[in-house]
Amino acid sequence: MAVQDNISASAPRTSLLNDPVFRGILYQVLVATAVIAFISWIVFNTAQNLAAQNKTTGFDFLFRTAGFDISFTLFPWSRSSFYWQAFLAGLLNTLLVAVIGIVFSTILGFTLGIARLSCNWLISRFATVYIETIRNIPLLLQLFFWYFAVLKAMPAVRQSFALPLDIFINQRGLMVPRPLIDHEFTWVIVAFVVAAIGAIVIGRWATNIRTLTGKYPAAIVTAARAANAAVTFAMGYLAFMALGALLPALTGLSSLPLIGAVVLTAMTFTPASPYVRSIIAFILAWVVLSFVLSGMFPSVPSVVISVGSAIAGVVLGWILLDGADGRASEGKFPIALPLIVAFGVPALVYWVTGASLQFEVPVLNRFNFDGGVQLPPELVALVFGLTIYTAAFIAENVRGGIRAVNKGQTEAAQSLGIKEGDRLRLVIIPQAMRVIVPPLTSQYLNLTKNSSLGAAIGYPELVNVFTGTTLNQTGKAIEVIALTMAVYLTFSLLTSAFMNWYNGRVALVER
Amino acid sequence: MQKTLVTIAVAASLGLGATAAQAATLDDVKAKDYVQCGVTGGVPGFSAPDANNVWSGLEVDFCRAVAAAIFNDAEKVRYTPLTSQERFAALSAGEIDILSRTTTWTMSRDTDLGISFIGTMYYDGQGFMVRKADGIASALDLSGAAICIESGTTTELNAADYFAANNLEFNTVVFVDQDEVVKAYEDGRCDVYTTDGSALAAERSKFAVPDDHIILPEIVSKEPLGPVVRQGDDQWFKINRWVYYALLEAEELGVTQANVDEMLGSDNPAIKRLLGVEGDFGTPIGLTKDWAYQVIKLIGNYGESFDRNVGPSTDIGLERGLNALWTNGGLQYAPPIR
Repeated sequence: MAVQDNISASAPRTSLLNDPVFRGILYQVLVATAVIAFISWIVFNTAQNLAAQNKTTGFDFLFRTAGFDISFTLFPWSRSSFYWQAFLAGLLNTLLVAVIGIVFSTILGFTLGIARLSCNWLISRFATVYIETIRNIPLLLQLFFWYFAVLKAMPAVRQSFALPLDIFINQRGLMVPRPLIDHEFTWVIVAFVVAAIGAIVIGRWATNIRTLTGKYPAAIVTAARAANAAVTFAMGYLAFMALGALLPALTGLSSLPLIGAVVLTAMTFTPASPYVRSIIAFILAWVVLSFVLSGMFPSVPSVVISVGSAIAGVVLGWILLDGADGRASEGKFPIALPLIVAFGVPALVYWVTGASLQFEVPVLNRFNFDGGVQLPPELVALVFGLTIYTAAFIAENVRGGIRAVNKGQTEAAQSLGIKEGDRLRLVIIPQAMRVIVPPLTSQYLNLTKNSSLGAAIGYPELVNVFTGTTLNQTGKAIEVIALTMAVYLTFSLLTSAFMNWYNGRVALVER
Repeated sequence: MQKTLVTIAVAASLGLGATAAQAATLDDVKAKDYVQCGVTGGVPGFSAPDANNVWSGLEVDFCRAVAAAIFNDAEKVRYTPLTSQERFAALSAGEIDILSRTTTWTMSRDTDLGISFIGTMYYDGQGFMVRKADGIASALDLSGAAICIESGTTTELNAADYFAANNLEFNTVVFVDQDEVVKAYEDGRCDVYTTDGSALAAERSKFAVPDDHIILPEIVSKEPLGPVVRQGDDQWFKINRWVYYALLEAEELGVTQANVDEMLGSDNPAIKRLLGVEGDFGTPIGLTKDWAYQVIKLIGNYGESFDRNVGPSTDIGLERGLNALWTNGGLQYAPPIR
């Protein structure tokens, strides 16, 4: 007791300045005061100077008519649109480039990062040269290069490359037909989404059951058999229709397609050699598709159609061969089933509702193509430049991440007899992700911010449209810059929030 | 915290820049011993550096004239090439003392940006340049054409106005830098290049084959181009304004770079007043008595500068037109110096 009394008695004697709690509070107060004083000085000074320069402030300008044109917007734009719409247009264009760029640069970056570690001398050297070259050249130069290289490579408008399906490529961009959907067609889209999600959900459920029991549920197997039968029947029907049209002698027999289809279906489900069936399916698919496609696209050379149909036939033949192997059995997942569900249901809706889908085709006028969807070369060049540049950095992140995984993991995987591809996919990359994700986040942020360089090559993103044209036409520097900074800050915070969430998922779980 | 940081950054970038605006510009200029002049990055005849990085042109001459009036030395000028987007911010922030860069005098700029226009150095109008091979005779044929434009200019607004007023389809491609605009037009990204008529002529003179391109007859806007200073410094504003008027007055009175010394002995009272022989028109604006003499001695009068830089004998080949003196049927007119 006496000792405790001594301590409590001596405590007040220490100087207030030496008390850590008091000092902590004091410093906090001092720093807070300094920050507040600094901010108020800045704000006051700015306000005073703006008043002295006769500059008006405020966000009213956002509701004034913009009066200029924007070459590429994701929503209809005219000169009588408002400044806030210009802001939105720039924002969406920035987002568009950022999202596309992030997807492509991730794919390319991972490929290159893995390639650089490849045992193949040529592949790893190629990746090294790519990475070292690209990341040492300033992005702006690369953008100029791609932009003017893209422009130079493209033909003039009147000499446009005409691709099948009314697609055109020229110096003004890529022109594709615009789908004009009517009210009923939205139901087809809804049906597709629902069916696709349903197919995935059911597929996962079935796979789960198989993982637990070793067998697919009986209902799935039955449905898969029905799906296989339906595909075979449809193919057979079409094939015999085509044959009937090709061979005038057969046209008299109107029931021929039906009979043929039944025969083919029956044949598919008899225990005849699977190879015979798949070869028949291949030939039928080839004939049918060639016939149907050459009717639909008379302008396309028949060689192209033949080759395309042959490829489709190979795929079908392979599916049948594959199916025959353990045809729609308890252990093998049916491929035709999800495809039938995802595409068959919308097709049924399309047919039932009588929806129509037409295309607005780009038409050459005096200067350029009118109508359709036009993808400007600025967008192409910007996505290209950003992807190629950022991929080099992502590749290095990936390489670092893979290197960070202990060699013992590879050896353990090898000793278990895991194939090389599976080893990378199932053992190494999941562990490397923990190291890759944090710097990857920075690269995504960089890419988003670098998209502002698009202004230099005429891509109408936020900086070009808003801090460029809008700021200049209105003179509202503070408001415009503040809004723009807020946008980039929001993008950055959202990206890093998402990546932090993802990082939490892949992080080492400590128990 | 992030929010506060943004506020600080925004306010700091703009607030600190603005502090310079209120100082007496003449004192600052004298203290640093040169005039900082914002110019176009390279439009022949208006402002462009040569191989030795010596700048010349009509806009450059104005900066040199102001330097001559202050320092009796036309070389005491430093140049800041600016894009259309940067120019007003650079002026507001005090990075430059004069903006002499094909800037169109408009009401909103004059009243809302905290800047003041000195006068109209060049009366211009917006035109359209197209490839001769396209066979276009009039701007009214341009419906649906792709048009290359420099960002943040009155050109951008005029083009939209003109095409909307005439019910024409339009499709603009906007670049920050004039060089990219011209390159994109040359590479075929656009059918039309539009800007002020004078700049069209200047850019065409740089093309590999200038004759492959024609400038359409339509002039779709009024573009009075002139130098600009910050608002709020009357002395600096008046120095600039009267340097410009002195250039005009000298031409009207027939005083040239060659004969200015001789003219010092002239009996014409107007010439005596201009050259500082009679009266003192320098002290009230903070200059010496003979400031105009120095300007003409070192730069020449307005007509000389025009002929030397953009006139019919140069590659650019512009006629005086509206830019002739009022005595010759033009619009250039200086209030009397007396």
